[in-house]
Amino acid sequence: MVGHSPPPFFKRGPAPLAKLVFFLVLSLALLVSDLNLRYLDAFRTGLSVLAYPLQMAAATPADFVRNASNYFASLVRLQIENKELKNRQLQGGERLLRLDQLEQENRRLRALLEARERQPVKSVVAEIMYTAKDPFSRKVILDKGTQAGIEAGQAVVDDLGVIGQITRVFPMQSELTLLTDRDQAIPVMIVRNGLRAVLFGAGNGLMELRYLAANADVQAGDKVVTSGLDGVFLAGLPVATVAKVERDQARTFAGIPCLPAAGVEQYGQVLVLGHREALPSRPPEPEVINKGKGRRGRAPRD
Amino acid sequence: MQPTNRSRRILLPVKLWFVYTTLFIALFLNYIPTGHLPAVPDFVALVLAFWCVREPVKIGIGTGFMFGLLTDVGVGAALGQHAFAYVLLAYAANELSRRVLWFTPVEQALHVLPLLFMSQVLMVLVRLLAGAEFPGWWMFFGSFVAAVLWIPLHYVLLLPQYQPVERDENRPI
Repeated sequence: MVGHSPPPFFKRGPAPLAKLVFFLVLSLALLVSDLNLRYLDAFRTGLSVLAYPLQMAAATPADFVRNASNYFASLVRLQIENKELKNRQLQGGERLLRLDQLEQENRRLRALLEARERQPVKSVVAEIMYTAKDPFSRKVILDKGTQAGIEAGQAVVDDLGVIGQITRVFPMQSELTLLTDRDQAIPVMIVRNGLRAVLFGAGNGLMELRYLAANADVQAGDKVVTSGLDGVFLAGLPVATVAKVERDQARTFAGIPCLPAAGVEQYGQVLVLGHREALPSRPPEPEVINKGKGRRGRAPRD
Repeated sequence: MQPTNRSRRILLPVKLWFVYTTLFIALFLNYIPTGHLPAVPDFVALVLAFWCVREPVKIGIGTGFMFGLLTDVGVGAALGQHAFAYVLLAYAANELSRRVLWFTPVEQALHVLPLLFMSQVLMVLVRLLAGAEFPGWWMFFGSFVAAVLWIPLHYVLLLPQYQPVERDENRPI
């Protein structure tokens, strides 16, 4: 009969166990090089070309649900939201008016001081499409990609503060790692006293100020903003509020959980900030060590 | 082709394009962005296990590896995470195929459940070793849902093979 061929008794390729070992070693090698060494981004981009049409098709139901829920949003809710936004605009309007004047003044003063002029940062408005499916990390997918000029490493903010950083870019989409992800870190400063620190994602929706001495001057309720030392985030963007301070004598560092300022785990419109102006080049290393003490705090450019 | 031992019915040989089509449909289902919704089954693992049990000669470790990589890329997981789990799953399912086919679909599902569970545990172990956060116990519920889905899948995926070779109006099947 047509199509009935005998099973291949003698030519079945390598033994199953050999195949198993080969593929296991291969996938372990892939895992290590992807997680630790980041060698495989080109390979991933290649594969994602293959997966992309299917991904797009699969995102349509999610799009549909999102649009439908928007469409059926009740009139009352919209009215409330409208009122709130008007209020906020009024409050912000007055500050904006002054900002214009301050910016002018700043430019003139900077010119007087012969300081480098701050370039305005080009930014792109994007929308959070959905949460990435990987349950081990906190990432979301934005609806703009390389075609809109987005690059990996850019900072993303919403109307209340920083929410994360772009980690991967595809032609039409990009992947945003939220600040609450365990692998995400951001250099920050406490507004009240200018204390510099690094804020890490805690993995449970909160963030954590690490490596601050147990007697550091931090209080619950302190506002935390970006320090801009990394050359990625602009300085002064709100990031978090200190929730509480746990000082344990047994530990070297204080445990300081923080609440994110922005709607980190919410959906909506976000702003992808363009790359910051290049930092000035590092000053030459001083020959005498004593003279260089003032430069200690400067972090190396990322 | 394995005989369906229970039904005493001789099936048509499977068509490879049908196998790959179903695997791609499963991939599509895996790509649907359900976010961190609990108890969403891993469709590719399920369909892969099915074909590895049914057709151990044609579908095996290599297919598992390829679809694992595609899942990794689409889902945004670490590259090689699903591939690692699916390779072991395919191997175990191939080895089990001679035994599993003697059982009814419900009993087959009970055989496949530990395999699916194992693949999930492997993925969690790999990611936790790399320093990711633990996603919560609800995640393991997905493999139980998948095992329940095995029963309808058993009929749906075999439908093309139930058809007669030559269509005959007078034959009573």
